[in-house]
Amino acid sequence: MNKIAIIVGAAVVLAGGYYLGKMGQQPATVIKVGSESKAAFTSTGAEEVAAAAAGVVRSLATPTSGELIVVKDGESIQDAVVAASPGAVIKVMPGTYKETVYIDKDNITLSGVIEQGKYPVLEGEGLRNDAVLYSGNGVTVENLYITHYKGNGVMGQAGNNFIIRNNYIVDTGVYGIFPQLGKNGIVSHNIVSGIEDAGIYVGMSDNVDVVFNQVFDSVAGIEIENSRHALVESNFVYNNTGGILAFITPGLPIKTCGDVLIRNNFVVDNNHDNFAIPGSLVSNIPHGTGVLVMACDDVVVEGNIITGNNSVGITFTDFSLAGNAANDPDSEPNPNRPRILNNIMQDNGKDPAPAVRAVLAAMLETTGPDIVDTVGMDDGCILNPERFRTIGLGKYTDCEFSTTANVASYTLPEPVPARSMEDVDKGRLVYYGVCAGCHAYGSRMIGPPTQIIQALYMDNPEGIAEYAANPVKKREDYPQMPPQSHLDDETRLAAARFMLKLTQ
Amino acid sequence: MTVLSPRLCSVMLCALLMVGLPGHANATEIELSGDCPPGFQLVSGRCELRSLYQMYPSLEDAGVGGLKTGLPAYRDGYSPQQIDLGRYLFFDPVLSADGSVSCASCHQPDRGFSDGRGRSVGASGKPLLRSAPTLWNLAFQQRFFWDARANSLEEQMLGPLYDENEMANTPEGLLRTLNGIPAYRKLFSQAWPEDFRLADATIRIDQVYTALAAFELSLISLNSRYDQYAHGYADALTQPEKEGMNVFRSFVARCAECHTPPLFTNQQIAVIGTPDPQGMDFDPGAAGPLKEPTLRGGFKVPSLRNIALTAPYMHSGRFATLREAVAFYTGGRGHAVPPGENLKIHWHIWEPNLSDEELDRLVDFLQTLTDESFKPSEPAELPSGMPAVHNEIDQQDLTTFNGAADHE
Repeated sequence: MNKIAIIVGAAVVLAGGYYLGKMGQQPATVIKVGSESKAAFTSTGAEEVAAAAAGVVRSLATPTSGELIVVKDGESIQDAVVAASPGAVIKVMPGTYKETVYIDKDNITLSGVIEQGKYPVLEGEGLRNDAVLYSGNGVTVENLYITHYKGNGVMGQAGNNFIIRNNYIVDTGVYGIFPQLGKNGIVSHNIVSGIEDAGIYVGMSDNVDVVFNQVFDSVAGIEIENSRHALVESNFVYNNTGGILAFITPGLPIKTCGDVLIRNNFVVDNNHDNFAIPGSLVSNIPHGTGVLVMACDDVVVEGNIITGNNSVGITFTDFSLAGNAANDPDSEPNPNRPRILNNIMQDNGKDPAPAVRAVLAAMLETTGPDIVDTVGMDDGCILNPERFRTIGLGKYTDCEFSTTANVASYTLPEPVPARSMEDVDKGRLVYYGVCAGCHAYGSRMIGPPTQIIQALYMDNPEGIAEYAANPVKKREDYPQMPPQSHLDDETRLAAARFMLKLTQ
Repeated sequence: MTVLSPRLCSVMLCALLMVGLPGHANATEIELSGDCPPGFQLVSGRCELRSLYQMYPSLEDAGVGGLKTGLPAYRDGYSPQQIDLGRYLFFDPVLSADGSVSCASCHQPDRGFSDGRGRSVGASGKPLLRSAPTLWNLAFQQRFFWDARANSLEEQMLGPLYDENEMANTPEGLLRTLNGIPAYRKLFSQAWPEDFRLADATIRIDQVYTALAAFELSLISLNSRYDQYAHGYADALTQPEKEGMNVFRSFVARCAECHTPPLFTNQQIAVIGTPDPQGMDFDPGAAGPLKEPTLRGGFKVPSLRNIALTAPYMHSGRFATLREAVAFYTGGRGHAVPPGENLKIHWHIWEPNLSDEELDRLVDFLQTLTDESFKPSEPAELPSGMPAVHNEIDQQDLTTFNGAADHE
């Protein structure tokens, strides 16, 4: 079938050439169209992708217990968090809340109630640091209006399985939304503006989807930094200094960035003056930057509408852009294996920022390109390169795949498991990690030997656990034991059981 | 009891004399402990680390994150005897050429395994370039010295042992001394029985390094009140301390971005532009050792565990108190950089405009990171027969070489 098509096609071309030649006119441009479909996109997160494709996309949800706490105007959200048990839903009614909310518990849903367009407002008054901080797993933060904080709107430190959605974040400090050091999360349907660094910043994280957000009037719209398996899709990103960024920041403890899909976004008119804090990495971004990839590997830029960005539509570069930061000998600087698929690009580069203008001038150009690779990578690929004005793509080849549609999400099909793993003997960890400071098996330390405690309590671990929570002075020749009530009942009992089993 | 001044005799002579003295006859009766130090479980003759933090994972196994984040890679697995032998060596001034200082002189257990000085002083009596770092939680460290020039503890200890201004010894001198002390030959044979089957077996230098490393790697501090909070006990911290914790991890103060839990360091090099004591030349830090000019003025981010015990602060002790140290970070980006130095100051050094109250709360929080529950005991008697010297620090010296004397 294919063979016949090619032969027929060749015959038509030949005949046409003969005909046109005869008429004395220019030959028509003939574009050869590959007849075989391209291979499927593969990524280092392929197993996760395959598993996700089998289920409902982004099925992640914070587990709830039925506990409901309602916070009304004039009350404190933090008081509700303190009172909440894992699994609680905290509903925050419309009103103004002047506080920092910190969630150091698992499975908490912090959910604003929106009535007739009225949000619960977290008001930082230009005084408070961050609006919402969380470290717990399985935290949802949604439906809040956050404004006038000095630091971040929503900041996560190591919580996995997070959901940050439907928030309205306006004029609030450094980052609007900043999950850091977490695995498996969703940032969706947020409206973020007026941020002096990044509106949405995914830092040192794995498996995060940033989808359906509106981000504008900020220095950087959406940033994926030192992270792996991130999907940035269907966001509306406009009037920032730079639209969507994926990069390695040198000097961080997690040193790689890779497997980032930037797909089907509107990246429009990102020409805002750069008002970043001096010294910050984003202070280097030229205004008029659409998509910027610095040192991040395996980035796919696909199907975006990238228009009206006055410096450059898409930039692939190395650390040379980050001239104000110290180098990191442990971070590889090149944006390896860039992939550029079928973006719609118009009107980019018509008024480049001075730094870009200077570089262009050396090439006798005045208009910024649609796409530039400042390194000149030799392992990149692009589809239909003839459609774009490009610089530095001379070594790019045709891509082996034409779509990443087989990747519906980079979130995981199942939540990251809870932290207390079943195969860990908690009692053993507590005995050696805490109790052993005062008790050794056969010898006297600060407290009596474990052997003596075994003789006293034999089959009564509950007795040990109870005593440890509320010790009294027992022995003339030993100091009174400090209470171990910082360990919960279950943990103390596990340690007591382990203690009674010990034989050495 | 006869006390010999170590400076008056050679180490060999001292050691022999003292071992021979009636008052020190007990030295040869020292036996090494068969128990692991607290924090370790004996498994097949080796001590394995145990901590509640082993319940938690960490992203990319980097050991950095939030409250319930697992530990970074660590070293353990020494025998109880090797660790205990290391403890004797650590406190024994016989390791220094003139017998005047021990490891513990600059790393005193009662001073957070530091020495209370801005810049340490070794056998030569001259102040060194930098301050002695704490030894707590070395098991988790990947790089050593303020400028990160050593990649292992064994590599690191060659510095102080053999630097002429520190312990001023030589490998040959050290081995000659130890092999000349019967008590040490006996203890090394307990720590390495398989290497001492033959009657003429002698102590090897790698055994000295291994024993010292084994002891230093056993110093674990992960049971502070902060840790109780992290493991889920909300009342472990007071309200002001919790406020301090929130300032600490806020993106305004940004302390936790580099001093990241659970170890309160991300183990990176950072150029932050702290001042040296007046009159000192600018210290280029990691730029030389790492051959990276942009790291000029860069130093390893120190852990903040037990930080309240190790004043003065920064690489050369410029700040006498924690309050002064935290105030540096709100003084403005590059405010203390000497004229003419063009440093690549870290992006997290900015102008957070922290209030006095926030600085006070930060200090409150930093004090919750203190935990000495696994502090090792000091030997009552040393195998060399020499008296311990590390508690003899002259208070006069302390203020002379301390940042307190010349801070503003």
